[in-house]
Amino acid sequence: MNSISLGQYYPAESPIHRLDVRIKVVVAILFVVCTFLCKNVLSFALLLSLALLSIILSRLPIGLVARGVRPILIIIAITSLINIFFSTGAPENIVVDWWIFTIYREGIYNALLMIVRFVCLIVGTSVFLTYTTTPIELTDAIEDLLWPLKKLGVPVHDFAMMMTIALRFIPLLVDETDKIMTAQKARGADFSSGSLAQRAKALVPVLIPLFVSAFRRAEELAVAMECRCYHGGEGRTRMNVRHVHAKDFVALFGVILFGVGIVVLNTLNIGYSIS
Amino acid sequence: MGEPFISVKNLSYAYEEDDGRKIQVLKNLSIDIMRGDFLAVLGHNGSGKSTLARILNMILFADSGKVVIDGKEIIPNEISDDEIIELRKKIGMVFQNPDNQLVATIVEDDVAFGPENLGIPSGEIRERVDNALAELGMSEYAKHEPHRLSGGQKQRVAIAGILAMLPECIIFDESTAMLDPKGRQEVLSAIEKINREKGITVIMITHYMDEAARADRVVVLDDGDLIFDGKPEEVFSHEKELISMGLDVPQCTSLIYKLREAGFKLEGRCLSAKECAELLFGELKNN
Repeated sequence: MNSISLGQYYPAESPIHRLDVRIKVVVAILFVVCTFLCKNVLSFALLLSLALLSIILSRLPIGLVARGVRPILIIIAITSLINIFFSTGAPENIVVDWWIFTIYREGIYNALLMIVRFVCLIVGTSVFLTYTTTPIELTDAIEDLLWPLKKLGVPVHDFAMMMTIALRFIPLLVDETDKIMTAQKARGADFSSGSLAQRAKALVPVLIPLFVSAFRRAEELAVAMECRCYHGGEGRTRMNVRHVHAKDFVALFGVILFGVGIVVLNTLNIGYSIS
Repeated sequence: MGEPFISVKNLSYAYEEDDGRKIQVLKNLSIDIMRGDFLAVLGHNGSGKSTLARILNMILFADSGKVVIDGKEIIPNEISDDEIIELRKKIGMVFQNPDNQLVATIVEDDVAFGPENLGIPSGEIRERVDNALAELGMSEYAKHEPHRLSGGQKQRVAIAGILAMLPECIIFDESTAMLDPKGRQEVLSAIEKINREKGITVIMITHYMDEAARADRVVVLDDGDLIFDGKPEEVFSHEKELISMGLDVPQCTSLIYKLREAGFKLEGRCLSAKECAELLFGELKNN
C-alpha cells in the first residue's frame, strides 16, 4: 500500500511543470473556454495544434495523455454516432441514404469536430492540471485564486486546510482499511463472494472501526495543531511564497491571444465550415 | 538557579466519567522545572502524567492550584487566546502517534507549519526549517511524503516541526511508545541532543524505565500523586515501591538489586548495561 499515489501527477522537468500553479489553473480554464469557442475547421486545427504543443512542452509521454482519453471513449463514440445519424443538412449533402438511415455531410463534419473538441478538452485539462500539478499545489493555488471570496466571508483558508489534511490522511486511511480487512479475513470474514448486497454488508464491520479510528485521529490532530499555535488563517505566513514570473505571463497571454484569434476567425467567418 | 521556568503548585484535576463518577487524575501536585532541565515523568497508564502535559500546554485547565510558566500565571477563563499562543510558542509538544500530528503532505511543509502559524516572514521560515531538519538528520527527506517514512523518521519530522518554532521547552508525551527499537533510539538520541546541545528544557513522559534513566531528573507519578522526585539513581533505588506501582526497573538495575538481596556487595549506580557490566566486573575481580 506504500505505493499509493494521489491524482495522476507525472514528475518531470518541463516548462509546464514549472509554471506558476495559479496561472496553470487559469490557463486550463481559458483553454476549456477556447475549445467551446471553436466553430470551424481552421480553428479546430489550431486548437489541436495548441493541444499538441502543450503535450510536447510538458514532456509527458504521449501514451500517458492518450490513456487519459480512454475513459471517455464511449461518450465520444455515442455522441459522434448521434451526430452522424441525427444531424440534418441540405438535401444535396446526403452521403448515405439507406433504409431508415440518412447521413448528411453535416453530420460527419459535426461528429469529427465533436471528437476533436472532446480530445482537446481532456488533453488541455490533464496537461495543465492533473499530470503536471500535485494535488497539494492545486489546493494552495485554489486558496490563492479564491482569495476575493474571503471578503464575502467564505472560509477559503479553512477549506484549503481541510483539503490538505484530507490529502494527508487518505493514504493513512487506505492503509488502515487494508489492515482491518486483513484482520477480519484472518477471522473468517468473506469480502469477495456472495451477492452485491451480501458483500456490501460484509463491509460494515470494516467501516465501523475505520470511522472510529478516523475520529480518534481527527481529535489527536486537532490537539497537535493547536499545540503548534494553529489559529486559523489570520496572521499566517507561508514558507513558499509564489511569484508570477515572465514565463507565466507568456503562457497566460498566449492562451488569451489564442482565444481572441478564435473569436476573430469566427466573426470574420474565416476557416472552412459546412453549416 | 533563579526562577523556575515552570512552577506547579497544589495542582488538582478531575474529569467526569460518562456515569457521573469523578475521577481524580492529579492530586495536589507541586513541581518546579528549571530552564535546561531534562526531566522524565514516569508512571503507569492513568497515573496522570499525560494530563500534566496537557495542562502545561493549556489544552486542559486545572481545577485548582497554581501554574506559572516563564513568570506568567495561567488563570483559566482569564487568559486570552493571544497569551495562550504566546506561551505555546515557548512550550512545544510532541505526541505519541507520529501519523496524527503531521499536517502537510510534504516533510518540509509540515516542519514549516508551526512557524507559518506564528506569522514568521517566509525567508526566515525557510532558514528555520532547513536548520531544524539538519539538526535531526532529516535534510535529505525534506521533499518526501511523510507516509513513506519509518516511525522514527516521522517522529523526528514532528520534533523538527516543534524545533522550527524555537521553543524553550519541549514536552514529549510518550513519543517513543509506538516505535520499534531502532526508531526509539533515533528519537531518544534526538531528544538528548536537543537538551544537551541547544539547552532546551525537556519534559519526557514515558513508561519505559531505561528511557527515564537517561534523564537528569526523574519524577514518578502514581494515581495523581507525586511519589518520587530526584536523580535517576536515587529514584531507581526504590525498586520495591516502583514494582508495586506497576513500573519496571531497568533490567540491569533489577539484576544488581537481586544480587544485592542475595548478599553480594555491589556499590554504585547502575542504570545502563555498561554500568552493570562494570559493577559485575569489579565484583568478580575482588573475589
